[in-house]
Amino acid sequence: MLLKKLTEASGVSGHEREVRNIIIDEIKDYVDDLKVDKLGNLIVFKKGKENPKKLMITAHMDEVGLMVIDIDDKGYIKFTTVGGIDKRILISKPVLIGDKKVPGVIGSKPMHLQKKEERDRAIEIDSLYIDIGVDSKEEALKFVNIGDYISFDSKYTEFGDNLIKAKALDNRVGCSLLIELIKEIEDVSFYGVFTVMEEIGLKGAGPAAYNVDPDICIVLEGTLCYDVPQIDTHLIPTRLNNGPAISLIDRTTIFNKTLREKIAEIARSNGIPYQYRKSSMGGNDSGKIHVTKEGSITATISVPCRNIHSPTSVMSKKDYENTLRLLKAILNEYKKGEFISGIQ
Amino acid sequence: MNIKRGNLLVEFNSKLLKELVTTYGPSGNETNICNYIKEQIKNYVDEITVDNLGNLIARKKGNGKKIMIAAHMDQIGLMITDIDENGFLRFTNIGGVSPFVSLNQHVIFENGVLGIIAMEPMDDISKLKLSNLFIDIGVKNKKEAESLVNIGDVCVYLPHYNENENTVFTSALDDRIGCYVAIETIKNIKNYKNDLYFVFTVQEEVGLRGAKTSAYKINPDICIALDVTGSGDTPKAKTFAVGLHKGTAIKVKDNSILTHPKLRNIMINVAKENNIAYQLEVLEYGGTDSGAVHLTREGVPSGVISIPTRYVHSTTEMVSKKDVLDSIKLLVKLLENDLDI
Amino acid sequence: MDTKEFLKKLCTGYSVSGHEYSIEETIKLGFKKYADNINVDKLGNIIIIKKGQNNISKLKIMIAAHMDEIGLIVKSIEKNGFIKFTNVGGIDPKTIIGQEVIVHGEKPLFGVVVSKPPHLQEASESEKVPKLEDLYIDLGYDSEKLKEYISVGDVITINREFKELKNDKVTGKSLDNKAGIAVMYESLKILNKTKHKADLYFVCTVQEEVGLRGACTSTYSINPDIGIAIDVGFGSTPELPKYETIDLGKGPGITIGGTIHPKLREKMVEVAKEYNIPFQYEVSPSSTGTDADVIQLTREGIPTLCLSIPLRYMHTSVEVVNIKDIENTAKLLAFFIASISENLEGLLCY
Repeated sequence: MLLKKLTEASGVSGHEREVRNIIIDEIKDYVDDLKVDKLGNLIVFKKGKENPKKLMITAHMDEVGLMVIDIDDKGYIKFTTVGGIDKRILISKPVLIGDKKVPGVIGSKPMHLQKKEERDRAIEIDSLYIDIGVDSKEEALKFVNIGDYISFDSKYTEFGDNLIKAKALDNRVGCSLLIELIKEIEDVSFYGVFTVMEEIGLKGAGPAAYNVDPDICIVLEGTLCYDVPQIDTHLIPTRLNNGPAISLIDRTTIFNKTLREKIAEIARSNGIPYQYRKSSMGGNDSGKIHVTKEGSITATISVPCRNIHSPTSVMSKKDYENTLRLLKAILNEYKKGEFISGIQ
Repeated sequence: MNIKRGNLLVEFNSKLLKELVTTYGPSGNETNICNYIKEQIKNYVDEITVDNLGNLIARKKGNGKKIMIAAHMDQIGLMITDIDENGFLRFTNIGGVSPFVSLNQHVIFENGVLGIIAMEPMDDISKLKLSNLFIDIGVKNKKEAESLVNIGDVCVYLPHYNENENTVFTSALDDRIGCYVAIETIKNIKNYKNDLYFVFTVQEEVGLRGAKTSAYKINPDICIALDVTGSGDTPKAKTFAVGLHKGTAIKVKDNSILTHPKLRNIMINVAKENNIAYQLEVLEYGGTDSGAVHLTREGVPSGVISIPTRYVHSTTEMVSKKDVLDSIKLLVKLLENDLDI
Repeated sequence: MDTKEFLKKLCTGYSVSGHEYSIEETIKLGFKKYADNINVDKLGNIIIIKKGQNNISKLKIMIAAHMDEIGLIVKSIEKNGFIKFTNVGGIDPKTIIGQEVIVHGEKPLFGVVVSKPPHLQEASESEKVPKLEDLYIDLGYDSEKLKEYISVGDVITINREFKELKNDKVTGKSLDNKAGIAVMYESLKILNKTKHKADLYFVCTVQEEVGLRGACTSTYSINPDIGIAIDVGFGSTPELPKYETIDLGKGPGITIGGTIHPKLREKMVEVAKEYNIPFQYEVSPSSTGTDADVIQLTREGIPTLCLSIPLRYMHTSVEVVNIKDIENTAKLLAFFIASISENLEGLLCY
């Protein structure tokens, strides 16, 4: 199962190799050109009907995770975070270290021994460590090294009413959508770009956009969803099962109004449910892409994910399917030629 | 209000409940309420005893297992610890008493003396403690006060029984409503199985004490406690699945007990089979007599029938008449069951 | 069955306090080969009896290890199908954030603890720990559908696999106190090949985590001459002071303190030295926080001992123990029991 393969693979920002290889394997027979650039971005081209506006569809391959920074005398492993992780989710979790996926655990001081002030306060990352069971630094070095990347040990699980739990739904869900488009769409010209290091500063996107130089770019993402009962309605960024989320604004982009309204119209006329991403927080590859060279117009379409940036992200299959439908409908319109007249 | 349940017609007996809640009986001073209850039930039971701590034990003889049904007679109160020069009384709590709830309330002593609870002036009222409060019984000096009350006397909130079509509002529903359910069961039950011991316990509010000793004495096979529980249905209430007018509550957990799963399942099945509305209760604090009984000697499988109550331990607690009648019905049907665990 | 295999089976099952019956069959099946009799008492304590040889003075030794684990419990089902929950036993809310869970209803349902995205948090929020009251579990169903499967009162455990780490270490949930049960298992195997005078009562107690409740009633009914509690002790890790912990890999902790009978404890140390079993000292001046506390105070009082298996990250779902420590604790227990052969008066007098 594609999403299972993608989410269980390890691809922490800066070390996307395993994921990239899976993607190459999936799409190599469906593209006319394929290359990996100097940063590790995977850039493919599908040749189809000519179009005055060059289209690029992108999804980042990397996930947030951890990295080994030190090993102490007793063999405990110190680490730092890669990308934005709420340090509170690290406690009491199993992890996998390095390419050999050595199992370890991040424990916690027993509550019985915590002082009163400690109980209500989150533990700082530099007080945490990973235990792989060895008893000395020497032994640890047989299995792990400083600089090894660490990902959460979390299995792809289907549950409830068509829901999926996995790590890295941000952004393997985007990768999965893009892979499916590449395999299924005929006779449309577009560039598919799987970027690296989005989570640590949108690093891969700029150089990739410089290379491709698109007019229009659609960014595919897994985005934040927080729809608990006790929150005021206006503070809910997206809701699960309400369809793909179209971005309005975030920390890095004010999304082109014409493009996003066109997308909404396409959704409506095809009977596809959609929602707006109501939060202005966060950012994605569009931030770098839309200001590269002479600029381009961009839209971000996302699948809502609860518990984003944690080992237990949750998305809805229905939202995934509706997002795929919307993307296909957009490419259909794009194929007709006159997609966007004039840039706002 | 009355509810016809098969051949058991149970009417809501306001008179009985009013008399129960207005009878004096704080923890450690249960004689009055004990005597009142004895009078109510003496013609309906085979044996009545009062033990060393004051527990009232009423037996309806039968063959089979010993079933103990416990409802506590005691209520919270305030014990006078000091009388000052001007006749103002200082006190300590008997059971869980909130200073905020007590502020400006009327209290009454066993001998009928009335007083009101007032506070010392405070800069920051959020820091109010019981030691900032005193009772004013309207006397001119210490001597006059001493002619009316003594150190060691206990007062309770002045009860005012009120009701409307659906609800009852008064102090002391904790746990006179449990006693009410027990008394009504004693009077109305006909086809019970097993050997029933209805125990009206003492000193529950200060540590489940009467339950401990009465259970050791009786050594029952099963125990069912009757007590109040909270409600989660008032504005911005902390999450709690139990509310008024939704039926009797079958307890799963509180701080004193994890109810016996097989007994709990029997209770749920009996409720379902007899169309009795019920709710499941997970309480994050508090305890009942069953907490003490279930750990007695070699252990006693125990369950609790809870009556959902708003504003517990205040001067005006509130229950739904329907929930009370559902509780009686459940207890009756339960005692007509073999209770095979 | 290999003791590690048995331990894995126990950890994979669930036995939240009050629901220990879920692993009753596993325990009975495991122990029956080595026992003369197995009973289950009124609260669910499992009592595994092995008779002694030539037990003229009718000596009784009770060994207790609690079989319950901490967990969560459904307290309400919200309108949108999320559930609110509270704890059973001591739960640090920090260890619940970002977890996957199983709700044990009519059938086991997978779920996820919901957390606020970091992007939406104020700067100060990420320093504070949410209370259990503020967390939700998402089971992926709407409330109508959900009520067909679960109810208020159903228990919840963290979905955690039992895993092997390096150097004889294993990790998983509820090693507190399945490790103790494994010690009793391994010990009973040894005692099947070793002579012992006393009649032995191995008790898998219930509800230790919510107040040492099972130990109360089981001790009352057995009324032993000696009581020995087997539980876990704080394993040393970098941030804990040495004096509060015992080391993994260095054998059981022998407790010293008010709960423990001093002469019996000295005898335990003698046996360890005699058989070259590694051990450490664990100091508990007033209470041990284990079944030993109530065993000691039952009826007229019972001479009590406590052995602790070193365990890291207690009350998280990634606890870690060293299998060798379980084996050594079992050996020490078995040889100690075998050494109790004479009239106890001399041994027990103060």
